[in-house]
Amino acid sequence: MNRNCGLRIANCELEKAPNPRKIRFTQNQNTQQSPFGHWILVPGDYLGFGFLKLGILAILFLPLVLATGPLMGCQRSKPEITVAGSTSVEPFAELLAEGYMKNHPGSNIYVQGGGSTAGIVAARTHAANIGMSSRSLLPDENDLHPITIARDAIAVIVHPKNPLNDLPPARIVGIFSGQIKNWKEAGWESHPIVVVTREEGSGTRETFQKLVMKNEEITLAALVQDSNGAIRQVVSNDPHTIGYISLGLVNEKVKAVKISGVEPSVANIEVGMYTLVRPFLFVFDAEPAGMAKAFLDFVLSPDGQKLLEKEGLVPATFKVR
Amino acid sequence: MELKEKIIGKSLLLIALSSVMILGLITFFIFEQGIPLISKVGPLNFILGERWVPSKGEFGIFPMIVSSFWVTAGALALGIPLGLACTIFLAEWSPPSFAMVLRPAIHLLAAIPSVIYGFWGLVILVPLVRDRLGGPGLSILSGSLILGFMTLPTIISISEDSLKALPPTYKQGALALGATHWQTIWRVLIPAARSGIVASIILGMGRAVGETMAMIMILGNAVQMPSSFLDSARTLTTNIGIEMGYASGDHRQALFATGIVLFLIIMGLNSLAIFLSRRRMGS
Amino acid sequence: MITTRVRHLTQRIAKVLVWTAALSTIGVMILILFQVLREGIPVLSSHFLLDSPESMGRSGGILPTIVGTFALTAVALFFAAPLGVGTAIYLKEYTRESRISRVIRFGTDCLAGVPSIIFGLFGFVFFVIYLNLGWSILSGGLTLAAMILPTIISTAEEAVKAIPISYREVSYSLGGTKWQTVTRVILPSAFPGIFTGIILSVGRSIGETAAVILTAGSSLLMPTSLFSPVRTMSVHFYILAREGISMEMAYGTGAALIILVLLVNTIAQWLINRYIRQRT
Repeated sequence: MNRNCGLRIANCELEKAPNPRKIRFTQNQNTQQSPFGHWILVPGDYLGFGFLKLGILAILFLPLVLATGPLMGCQRSKPEITVAGSTSVEPFAELLAEGYMKNHPGSNIYVQGGGSTAGIVAARTHAANIGMSSRSLLPDENDLHPITIARDAIAVIVHPKNPLNDLPPARIVGIFSGQIKNWKEAGWESHPIVVVTREEGSGTRETFQKLVMKNEEITLAALVQDSNGAIRQVVSNDPHTIGYISLGLVNEKVKAVKISGVEPSVANIEVGMYTLVRPFLFVFDAEPAGMAKAFLDFVLSPDGQKLLEKEGLVPATFKVR
Repeated sequence: MELKEKIIGKSLLLIALSSVMILGLITFFIFEQGIPLISKVGPLNFILGERWVPSKGEFGIFPMIVSSFWVTAGALALGIPLGLACTIFLAEWSPPSFAMVLRPAIHLLAAIPSVIYGFWGLVILVPLVRDRLGGPGLSILSGSLILGFMTLPTIISISEDSLKALPPTYKQGALALGATHWQTIWRVLIPAARSGIVASIILGMGRAVGETMAMIMILGNAVQMPSSFLDSARTLTTNIGIEMGYASGDHRQALFATGIVLFLIIMGLNSLAIFLSRRRMGS
Repeated sequence: MITTRVRHLTQRIAKVLVWTAALSTIGVMILILFQVLREGIPVLSSHFLLDSPESMGRSGGILPTIVGTFALTAVALFFAAPLGVGTAIYLKEYTRESRISRVIRFGTDCLAGVPSIIFGLFGFVFFVIYLNLGWSILSGGLTLAAMILPTIISTAEEAVKAIPISYREVSYSLGGTKWQTVTRVILPSAFPGIFTGIILSVGRSIGETAAVILTAGSSLLMPTSLFSPVRTMSVHFYILAREGISMEMAYGTGAALIILVLLVNTIAQWLINRYIRQRT
């Protein structure tokens, strides 16, 4: 009895898909020829091979089963809510969720992106318990219940090497609309300006458009990134770029410019001097109740608001002094 | 017993049709979402329109088509010569022990996720292009270079297969007639394996056109019509990828419509490749 | 008239060019891997691999993403493996070259060429919205299953094709039915090839990003059921890298990802060499 295991496979080349036809296990084209004498699998033999096969299967699939089974099964009965919407609010909501879950072990809060509009829709259709929005509600969304959890300013940022510290609104509009194409015209060295913006549909972009650009269009030549963090990355890597992000995301890698002498800071927002501000909303489709309300209470509590303040947001309950 | 066999046979038929059914579902849903918008905007306006400003309802994807074309062309400009060189190297000129290491190495490299390539491009290549060549660095050039490397394994392995599948008499005959090794390769073997090599290139093209993640990271995603290789641009795939998270209503349907165009282009390319490779195998 | 000298000179030049091209290609590829691995391997620690992320991924570990990756792959294989192997068996054992088999092959080839973002769109509109599965492991896994199906079908088909006819003849002559032949003779014999195809698909689905983002969401929490959203390692890497939240974490995730993919593919290669030996 032939105790050799394995298939005779000639000219075997394997490769990652997409072309599965690449994989060839060509055998004798002439099927009349006796296959015996090749290294083939004789069924009676596969007991020996079979143990090895089972062994491999076990080693490979056991971690899969172990990883997914118990980890998932034992957490089935925890209370949980979903918070979905604006990616500007998302990182802060995640932080808040972390804080909440630390105080309430055994609960789960899933935070999801998708955009302000998607978040509002999700709140309405109950796809999520809470919708996040970084813009105010539109008239036809007024049947929902928005609660302001913080205020966020939009800061215009440049690279730290950029000597400009102050830009009047007209110049900002000129730069972002593409009318001013070279840094020389703004007071720096001669080099083309690289504009970075958020993508269409972003709440941040809409706010920037509404409050800054007004009727001017952002230039089509602008680089587009799909998150504030990505814009910050791009600006921090290229000295000749200019962009806008959430004030809360500004760090030492980029520089926020003053607008007409007003520095974007929490202090200036609170006195109403810096006006490029938008609300961060939690949107509910009815009066908040249950775990959603508990989370909301945490967010609006001094602890929650302090967390947000530490990250550079303006607390929800401020009054213009 | 007979009945059981018959039932099994029929159920297997259903299972076998699953890939066709999935393809049908994909086609159906993509088209169902996208066609209404194409008819609303007008097919010609959609495909040839040069402005993509969803907030104003303007949906023209011509810049994306052009950019896809340029990025792919650049990738192939890099991929074809290097790919052929590596193929020739692997098939003919490398010491067998080296080849035994090299071949699996190339397959392993093919398995590396595209986000890793994109990351490397972002961190190393983009600053290089920006500092040495100008422009924002996030450009068609950077994208083409990375994409070229990503399509290399496809081209290399399929072409090598075609070369190997040639009857040895081709090579032996040429050498016997006094040709140098290089002459044999260049004038006899490669032309003989031509259809396989072309098929590999077309498949590589299909992969290049369909690449998304690495391109989002490297291309800069500007909506404009590109005018130079150092310009930032947006391909059909990145158009979908970068705005899908946020879009709703017409905007979302427009992205599906972009998907339709992409789908048709790739189906065309792949059918061409299948046709060519079938012809080669059949003859 | 091309003299012998010129011909040999051309050959020399060509040889140099080809060697340079080949070596530089390999060099660049290795450079790419080396960059990520060099920065990332120091970050890998049991802490990194077994803890959950903290403060938006700035610190902590990546355990939920590892679990997510495995879970999605498991779901994808659960659906794709039976379908793929079943298709292969049908094509080889239950039918001959006919219109149906041509249609099936065409469908499989086309499916193999569909780009991942289209799968993402499809998965989003079909699984997440239409079937109301939401962003979940299930949606992501089903979408991935559709993506790896063609690979499994063709590896399985080739593996089944390589089995000599005599096996079937012997089985039938001993009185076995078709199904008995399939389950007791064909499948066990074709197992190495099928398994290799499965391993390859696993390698591919680990690195898949575009389709997963649109269907499985991007939540950093440890998933609690098949309906939880989850973030896979490649998605986590992508997000970390683009947002610049923490380059250190990004490199670590990237290194983990590369090592995992290399491991899976090396196993596949080893399996090929071990069970698919060639006669000298």
